[in-house]
Parts: sequence; structure tokens; C-alpha cells
Amino acid sequence: MNIPYRPVALGLTALLFSGILLQRAQAGGGHFFAPVSDPLVREECGSCHLAFAPSMLPANSWKRMMGDLNNHFGADASVAPPAAEQITRYLVENAADTGGQRYGGRLMRGVSIENPPLRITELPKWVREHRELSANDWKSRDVKTKANCAACHTDAERGYYDE
Amino acid sequence: MALKTNISACLLAALVLPMASFAAPRDDLLAQYAAAAKAATPAFSSFSAARGEKLHFTKFAGRKQETPACTSCHADNPRSAGRTPAGKVVEAVAVSVTPARYTDPSKVEKWFKRNCNDVLGRECTPLEKGDWLTYVISQ
Repeated sequence: MNIPYRPVALGLTALLFSGILLQRAQAGGGHFFAPVSDPLVREECGSCHLAFAPSMLPANSWKRMMGDLNNHFGADASVAPPAAEQITRYLVENAADTGGQRYGGRLMRGVSIENPPLRITELPKWVREHRELSANDWKSRDVKTKANCAACHTDAERGYYDE
Repeated sequence: MALKTNISACLLAALVLPMASFAAPRDDLLAQYAAAAKAATPAFSSFSAARGEKLHFTKFAGRKQETPACTSCHADNPRSAGRTPAGKVVEAVAVSVTPARYTDPSKVEKWFKRNCNDVLGRECTPLEKGDWLTYVISQ
């Protein structure tokens, strides 16, 4: 019997390719981070900047950040104790190395879980994904800071960070 | 005729009552600031929208260089929406544009603390808070 190698190989390649695509689509291509669902967290963390997804940083980052809100990257972002505790609990439970692993797991590659950075923009994967942007892109009137995800990722509020 | 008058009265009440319920917490807050201002300076008589306006536009060499004045985030026109450095829209400070503003005292205190620390490099005095609040209520 003569096996038609070429069509079979082509078919298998196509199947493999669609399999990879499907898997990436299901995982949001690594570009989906479930947005904050707690209304208090959304309100308190989302007044000055986008309420960043808890799965974008490991639990240790959130703990350290919430312990120093009086000096939040140079600004006073203090929150009264009962609310602060609730916010910390939510962030820690849904962090990249806890409940939010399926979204933030890949972002944690090369990150020290014991002593992680506080800035999402210092994560190696974040830096790699944004390497094509120039200093001028960041300084443009509509962007201004690297914390302004939604300037380019128009669907960031809903958790989508595609290009 | 009487029914018509009644309906008009009800409509008027429906319009005015919500405004009154917004105004009450602001009046309470102003009264608290006035008492504290009087305690600090016995010569205190009343708050001034003009002083509040001056404070709103003054450039300070406070803690954060990127936000030297209230207007850094709150826009130059009190009736326009502002924008934070990280791109979030801030509703206009003028009560005429955002009527529900300053009705939650803990929220007002939270933002005075944060913003005064960042812009002035210290907390605001009760006099400054009362003046500023009087200014934005008048706008």
C-alpha cells in the first residue's frame, strides 16, 4: 500500500497548528488577566490608576505594597485600616503565585517569589513584551507613564492586554 | 386646580429635596471645619471662597514634583474633568457639575489627607479645607 506521506504530513501540521492556536486562545494568549471583581478594591485601587489585576504580582509584592501606602511610589495613597485589610486579603488571595496563577503564572518567570519587585513594569516578561517601544512612545501626551496601560491596551479595564 | 397645585408642589419637592440631602452632609462638614478653625485661631470668622480659589491654583514645592498644584490633577477649570498622572479621569470639582461630591465625610477627609500631603507636603489645616470646600461649592 502506498501511503500518501505529503498530504498526511500537511494535515498533521495543520492540526498541530490549530491545537496550539486553540490553547493560546483559551489561555487568552497569556494576555488576559482577570480584572478586579471586588467593588471596594476596584474603587480604592482604581481612582488614580487602572485597578491592576492581582494576578500581575506575587502575594509578597502586594503585602509589601499594602504595608507602605503612605508612600506609594512617592504618593500618599493611605487607606483606613478596615478597608486596607480587606484589600490586602483580596490581592494576596488572587496573586500570581496563589489564586491567580492561571493568569499570572507566566509573568512570574525569572521573578523571585521571596523578594519580588513592586512594579509590574519591572517583571522580566513585561520588559520583554514592551521592548519595541521607544522612550518617546512612553512620553507621548496620551501615555505619560508606564502605569497607564489603557492608553494602548484599550480593553485593559476588562482584563485584555493584547497588542 | 387644587390637584394641579399639589402636583406642582410635589414636583418641586422632588427636585429640591435631593439637593437638600446633598447639601446637609456638606454643611455638617463645613461646621466641623469651622469649629476646628475657631479652636486653632480664635479670630476666625468665616471661610472664604476667594482664599480657597487661591489655594486651588497655588503651585507648591511639595512632595511630588509632578503634581505641584491641585490643578495638576483637577484641571485648570473647576467645572472641567481632570486627569491623574496615570490617566484616570477625575470628575469636576465644582458642585454645580458633580452634585454628589463632598457628601461622604470620610471620603473627603481621605482625599484631603492624600492630596495635601502630595501637593503641599503636609496635611491641610481646617481653615484651608473649609476655604477650598467653600470655593468648590460656590462653583
